[in-house]
Amino acid sequence: MTQDDLYRTVVLQRTKTPLYAGKLAQANAQGQGTNPLCGDRVHLHAVIDAQGRIDAIRHETRGCAICAASADLMAERVTGQEPARIRQLHADMEAAVQTGNAPAALGELSAFAPLHRHRSRIRCAMLPWTALMEMLNDDKDR
Amino acid sequence: MMDQVVTQASDAAGSLRHIRADFPILTQKVHGKDLVFLDSAASAQKPRQVIDCMAETMRTQYANIHRGLYWMSERTTEAYEAVRDQVAGFLGAGAREEIIFTRNSTEAINLVAHSYGSLLRPGQVVLISEMEHHANIVPWQMLRDRAGIELRVTPVTDDGALDMEALGQNLSDGRVALVAITHMSNVLGTITDARAIADMAHAAGAKVLFDGSQLAVHRRVNVRELDADFYVLTGHKLYGPTGIGVLWARREILDEMPPFLGGGDMISTVSFGRSTWAPVPHKFEAGTPAIIETIGLGAAISYIESIGFDRIGAHEEALTAHALKALGQVSGLKVIGTAPERGGVISFTMADVHPHDIATLLDRNGIAVRAGHHCAEPLMRRLGVSATARASFGIYTTPEEIDLLAATLVQIRGFFV
Repeated sequence: MTQDDLYRTVVLQRTKTPLYAGKLAQANAQGQGTNPLCGDRVHLHAVIDAQGRIDAIRHETRGCAICAASADLMAERVTGQEPARIRQLHADMEAAVQTGNAPAALGELSAFAPLHRHRSRIRCAMLPWTALMEMLNDDKDR
Repeated sequence: MMDQVVTQASDAAGSLRHIRADFPILTQKVHGKDLVFLDSAASAQKPRQVIDCMAETMRTQYANIHRGLYWMSERTTEAYEAVRDQVAGFLGAGAREEIIFTRNSTEAINLVAHSYGSLLRPGQVVLISEMEHHANIVPWQMLRDRAGIELRVTPVTDDGALDMEALGQNLSDGRVALVAITHMSNVLGTITDARAIADMAHAAGAKVLFDGSQLAVHRRVNVRELDADFYVLTGHKLYGPTGIGVLWARREILDEMPPFLGGGDMISTVSFGRSTWAPVPHKFEAGTPAIIETIGLGAAISYIESIGFDRIGAHEEALTAHALKALGQVSGLKVIGTAPERGGVISFTMADVHPHDIATLLDRNGIAVRAGHHCAEPLMRRLGVSATARASFGIYTTPEEIDLLAATLVQIRGFFV
């Protein structure tokens, strides 16, 4: 069988054994993303400090391997980050899946760059980011 | 006896080889692998007879129809109208005027919902089933919201058959004006007993519409034997082009129905005060139609009839039985929909592996399947799944392709354990 470089070890590991799945009892921010095409859903729970920095974040994901791994790796990557930095990561991620070229700053998130050859799956990886952006925008409005 | 069986089997393999040779796309490679196309229920591939006919028409014999007073237009009009006769024969219609060309099944159902629907009164009921494609749900919801009719839904049984007892109960108050039900589910492969549904509908004073988008590809349809009132199908699943579908309806109903879209070709006279309508079928065909696509549909029907539904049906039944057996041996795989009357559309889930991951990993091996809710979200909810993978077969599908699907699924499963 031809295995895809998209389903790399890091993606499979995070799908089978996520490190950031679940809820946070002390969460003060939430974000939701839904893919109407397949019913996949990401629900984010986060603790955001007064400066808007994410102190802690967890995700509840009902979705495919790409979506679940993306949510887990995203949660890891944005923990401790400020909004401006997170928006930059989101832009880098978007560029990576659209072009296949991952900026070095993405680190393990570059695992999703091969999606540029699977355009119908891009939204699977971006769904957690949609939820995250919704959460940050809500937080900014507060 | 054994010799005979072997001869029959090799004849089948031989004719399958010939059929495959008619489909140029089947020689394409995907990700370096031979294309295994198992998504014919979404849209079928096209034989060279259709491709060549359409290209030849544009090269040699093309002009607008029904209005040109010159040789080229008259020839194109003849070719276009000949397809109406052909479709009438294909469906066993009583008259050629009963064939209305639309863009697809969706547009055909919308035509009925708008036009026939405008004759319905508040409190009357349109009865559909739980296993309808969105195309046979949403137009009726829109009619409900527009006209104050009631939309009623007949459930499916746990094995994915239409619940005929519930259908009878839904018809019992005598308020149902129209029963609109699929003739073959695009998710479960279930084939409904159209004649029995028509008899029940008529006994309750209702008309009946069948969505034949899937079934017309696999079995011969005779609208008069089914005692249908409306029947819809789409060309692109029938090895024909996109952009051309068919509505068949009884002449007396079509005469009663107001036009759907207004414009050229559908009128008798036009003044700023008022216009009068052309007789059927033209009353329902406003504007320049899909001329080339209609002629392509004619070529597709000729192609199907040259093979014959006896052979198509036998091939498909053998393939479906083979597939259910092969897929049944894949650990963790669950076939969704096990009604006894079924065709070559098989939905499945596989343990915790998401259908999208299944589809992407199959694609990397050249195998094309559909994954998602298949435009049937209410049915997905009824079945308790958010999505399935779906393999569907065409006249060109081989048992070896199904074996490759099963073997690749075993590998994918191993990959996620």
